[in-house]
Amino acid sequence: MSAFACKDLTVGYGDGAPVIDGLELDMAEGAVVALLGANGAGKTTLLRALAGLEPARSGAVFLGGRDLTNLSTEDRVRSGLSLVPEGRSVVVELTVDENLRLGGLWRHRARARKAAVEEMYELFPPLDRRRDAAGHTLSGGERQMLALARALMARPEVLLLDEPSLGLAPQATAQLLGVLRATAARTGLTVLLAEQNVTGALSVAQRGVVLSLGAIVADRPAAELAADPALRHAYLGF
Amino acid sequence: MDRFVFLLSAGLARGAVLALFALSLVIVWRAARVVNFAQAAMAVAAVYAAFAVTAATGSYWAGLLTGLASGALLGAAVERGLMRRLPHHNPLPGIIVAIGLVMVLQAGLAIAFGPEHRPMHPPFSERPFIIGGVPVLSPYDLFILIAAAVVMGGLALLFGRTSLGLQLRAAAFAPETSRLLGVRVPRMVTLGWALAVATAALAALLLVPTELGLNPHAADLLFVNAFAVAVIGGLDSPVGALLAGIGVGLLVSLVTGYASAAAAPLAVLALLTLVLLVRPGGIFSAKEARTA
Repeated sequence: MSAFACKDLTVGYGDGAPVIDGLELDMAEGAVVALLGANGAGKTTLLRALAGLEPARSGAVFLGGRDLTNLSTEDRVRSGLSLVPEGRSVVVELTVDENLRLGGLWRHRARARKAAVEEMYELFPPLDRRRDAAGHTLSGGERQMLALARALMARPEVLLLDEPSLGLAPQATAQLLGVLRATAARTGLTVLLAEQNVTGALSVAQRGVVLSLGAIVADRPAAELAADPALRHAYLGF
Repeated sequence: MDRFVFLLSAGLARGAVLALFALSLVIVWRAARVVNFAQAAMAVAAVYAAFAVTAATGSYWAGLLTGLASGALLGAAVERGLMRRLPHHNPLPGIIVAIGLVMVLQAGLAIAFGPEHRPMHPPFSERPFIIGGVPVLSPYDLFILIAAAVVMGGLALLFGRTSLGLQLRAAAFAPETSRLLGVRVPRMVTLGWALAVATAALAALLLVPTELGLNPHAADLLFVNAFAVAVIGGLDSPVGALLAGIGVGLLVSLVTGYASAAAAPLAVLALLTLVLLVRPGGIFSAKEARTA
């Protein structure tokens, strides 16, 4: 059984043409899948719809065989699906420690939560040094680390990541993707990683899915996709 | 000097009530990004419930608890039944509905209980203690200060030290991010309204015995001054509400004592204008975020 799937998913805004049109996607447990596509391909809309932030016009979303389609965003999260949205979604008014605790509130009781927070500090040492710093004082890289760590606090089964490398230096991107790859390998976490940074994304993913105008136009092993210049030229612009 | 000390002590108690009511406006603003123009009418409705229970049982304390509980229930009911159904991309519908609610509540209370002022008796004496020949706080003023301190301390603990408080703050600052972390944001907004109106009801309950008595408009002036306090302090800042409340309470007391009661609202408006000119977000408004 696939860990995560969407069937015939159609999403649009207002009366306009659908941004995601009858999309089918299956992900095996523990898979890291790169979701690629040019600007406007529908990557963010797809991830937001999967998390329940955008209502789907039709279709269904399954997590481990459970139908999440009619669940609210909060209940999808509590079922094991986490989204780290684009734009370093740290609650800037809260401290690093509070952001992390917030991520694990529904999952852990007090003592386990403390242990999970410490685990995140070990995973992301720069955050450990800034435990009591308010979110608005963090750098871009620190914020992205915090957003990822906070999502991991909930021990999700499936993690959706929307452009985690946006605005980050290559070194920070590599560090972040490295932690992601190690965590997925260690915990069996299933990851759908939407990225403009195609090379980085394909380096951590086993499989790549290319989205264009709301439909999947290629779905292949990551290495194969990276080596296909025709596809890169046609859909990814390099 | 005696007069100055007396006015300061009287202003302190007045300031505590103002701070409490301003805090209630801050709580609802932080929870729902709405200035609740119906806060005074809702608080007075809760005070009427307290008044009825005190009259029936003879117990001020039973009335006080009833006032807090009915304030919380009314806050939750208005949020669930009314405010939640309004479009949120524009603040205007919320303001118009709140003003409509003021009219409905005040007219309803006047129909049910009559427009006259009903005297409410404080649970402690209002006769000031005399220290060194100078009249200072009365036992009731002390009760107001202690009640306000207990509530503010309790709210500070709730928001700063508990998981529920963390969720309330997160839901207020970043609703979408909070939903993505499993926080039940709509429930937090309802809870914010309940806490806010219960706090406003307490402020009105503490104020009414020191004024002419209970009538549907008993908290109107309190709302106007507390709104000024909340804006002076920074609508987002509970600490701002507390300090600005005490400051404005002292200002009103001193201006009333040394000039005239009529000049006091003008002094508050002058202070509000000055603060808005110098620091438009309020004295304790949030600092700018790092963007690089």
